[in-house]
Amino acid sequence: MKTLLQWWCAIALLALASPVLAVLNVFATVPEWGALTEELGGDKVSVYVATNGLQDPHHVEAKPSLIARARGADLVVATGAELEIGWLPLVTLRAGNPKIQPGKPGYFEAASYVTMLEKPTRLDRADGDVHPGGNPHIQTDPRTFAKVAPQLAARLAQLDPENAAYYQARAKAFGERWNAAIAKWEKEAAPLRGTPVIVQHKAFIYLFDWLGMKEVAALEPKPGVEPTTAHLSEVLDTLAHDPVKMVVRAAYQSDRASQWIAERAKINVVVLPFTVGGDAEAKDLYGLFDDTVARLRKGAQ
Amino acid sequence: MPTPILARSAFALALFIAADVHAATDADLAEIRDQIRQLKESYEARIQALEQRLKDAEAKTAVSAPAASTTTPAPTPQPTPAVAAAPSAPSAGLSAFNPAISAVLQGAYANLSQDPNKYAFAGFVPSGDIAPAKRSFSLAESELSLSANVDDKVYGNLIFSLSPENTVEVEEAYGLFTAIPYGIAPKFGRFLSSIGYLNDQHQHVWDFYDAPLVYQAFLGGQYQNNGLQVKWIAPTDLFVELGAEIGSGESFPGNSRNKNGVGDATAYVHAGGDVGASNSWRAGLSYLQTAAKDRDYSQVDLAGNDAQLAFTGRSKIAIADFVWKWAPNGNAQERNFKLQSEVFWRRESGNLTYDSDGALGLTQTGGYRSDQNGFYVQGVYQFMPSWRVGARYDWLNPGSVNYGANAVYLANGSFNPQRTAVMLDWTPSEFSRFRIQYQQAKLRPDVTDNEIFVQYILTLGAHGAHNF
Repeated sequence: MKTLLQWWCAIALLALASPVLAVLNVFATVPEWGALTEELGGDKVSVYVATNGLQDPHHVEAKPSLIARARGADLVVATGAELEIGWLPLVTLRAGNPKIQPGKPGYFEAASYVTMLEKPTRLDRADGDVHPGGNPHIQTDPRTFAKVAPQLAARLAQLDPENAAYYQARAKAFGERWNAAIAKWEKEAAPLRGTPVIVQHKAFIYLFDWLGMKEVAALEPKPGVEPTTAHLSEVLDTLAHDPVKMVVRAAYQSDRASQWIAERAKINVVVLPFTVGGDAEAKDLYGLFDDTVARLRKGAQ
Repeated sequence: MPTPILARSAFALALFIAADVHAATDADLAEIRDQIRQLKESYEARIQALEQRLKDAEAKTAVSAPAASTTTPAPTPQPTPAVAAAPSAPSAGLSAFNPAISAVLQGAYANLSQDPNKYAFAGFVPSGDIAPAKRSFSLAESELSLSANVDDKVYGNLIFSLSPENTVEVEEAYGLFTAIPYGIAPKFGRFLSSIGYLNDQHQHVWDFYDAPLVYQAFLGGQYQNNGLQVKWIAPTDLFVELGAEIGSGESFPGNSRNKNGVGDATAYVHAGGDVGASNSWRAGLSYLQTAAKDRDYSQVDLAGNDAQLAFTGRSKIAIADFVWKWAPNGNAQERNFKLQSEVFWRRESGNLTYDSDGALGLTQTGGYRSDQNGFYVQGVYQFMPSWRVGARYDWLNPGSVNYGANAVYLANGSFNPQRTAVMLDWTPSEFSRFRIQYQQAKLRPDVTDNEIFVQYILTLGAHGAHNF
């Protein structure tokens, strides 16, 4: 009996001792929000990123490790727009952490602060993996970060009022550096304006919207549905009268369909990092767009 | 707004050409760009303000809502104030608070070489309705689930199953506290117990058509509880979950005892984590203690009579479970592998009444004690998107059964029931799955059952989450 009591005492102590931490624990669902939180939070935040740059963000499981990390989180930073619907609701429900429940200050969705594109006019699963809130791949346009950063900084300040000035200052500094970087990328990418491309998955509409590129077709017959030979042949027919320079895919996707079409249509395959950590060059947010623009320019030659 | 975009691109182009001519051009351009950006933002803000006013006007004409609710509360002042108003207004009206609804439709075609009505494991107490599907085409269990936050403290979930025999069963109906800190999540109502690995997973997410033999023999399929569950997640990077449940204990191996107080209790610990980016695992130990009163069944005795037996006593089950998942870089979309195994031990001790209905005129009660165990191991490999193959091996050990005074009438089994299964399934989307499974079961001495199942699972409605 005595040992049992000791056991419970030890557990109770552990439970009580744990939340006393100096930094804000942030649980980012995807690498880009992890990177942005680090830009804004500096050494006042400790960021855990639930997925890596080579993972398909649509297909993630509510792994034990994620539940353990969500349990100790002060803030969840997610994309929203149902990108994480397959796993995040289960993780927040099972984590036993009221701070990060949707609707609480500890739950932040970036998509709430961005003008969403491709909002479906009808909702039907026959149309594939459609997201009612619009296309969720907002991180492919750097202007998204300019919009989300001040909101995220305000949220960090709300959760950690002692360091509010620190977050605001970092957000301001980031905003300035970021806008300068956008200007640089826009300059570099100017020749890409109007360039027609095809994509594997409709993952880059925000990027194309930003750079003024034209998406002619997608290799997936419906979003999230694996490319079929029949559909690829149709795309090939389209290319005969609507030629493009390149086929674009994200680093996490299989190369089969894009290679197939590239060989037949004699076009370049451009593999974009898609998020931070998607390739060796995309080490941070700046690297992500440096590399994205560089690869697109190379593909357009 | 084509004008600023055009203007901006023209400037960008112009600068691109003239970039190396003047060093000052960069700064000039940045300034102009900034002006254009401000102009664009102000346009956006105005348009969104107009949209908001239109929305408000529409809302006013639709319902005479209180005036205060039509104006959006001003967000914290930010450089991009208009964007905060961007999220579209949620739908209003009576249906606005409807819970998430989803339905699972299932059916199968079964080809069985043995009569499913005689399905039983040699040396094991019958555990209820565990036989595979009927022969030929059959409808399997359809499931309907409703879930939503009840309020700021409780989340509720109701799952009922519609059987092919046109009966309705409440599979789960529970509330879950969401507002308790320190990793504590209490659940109450009817729920599938979290003992073992597979027990709290619904049948439509299983990797095979039917449950492993250990679940069928020791728990009558799945262990359902009416009661209270408390889980606690340790504040560590390694996932450690302690859980305990108390309940009515009406499910097999217990039964309904018409008794006050607590009928059963479970305790378990689960741990899990990642190994590199490609591997993740979970392991657990569980313990269940319940009791039965006059749990009756029939068994052929040494004289060849079909004797009625009744057990009264305690039933204790221990489970060790282990799951390992592999996916290259954690990306399960292309290829992945899942290895899963569970071992069960069960001890039952109490009294057994032989010829409990008196049909043989030999009614007598004696001591009873059984120690039995079993395991299964299975692997499922996704070799390309949408396609998976799997294999499973099941084994049961009837162990030792001490019939006490009734040993003169009843024999101890020594046959090990076992089963080997292979399956192939196709998952065209997250919402549908088609499976074919072949298995060879040797559940009784000298009886081999060759079973083929073709199965479909369709999910419609709200997007479910994927348990590990």
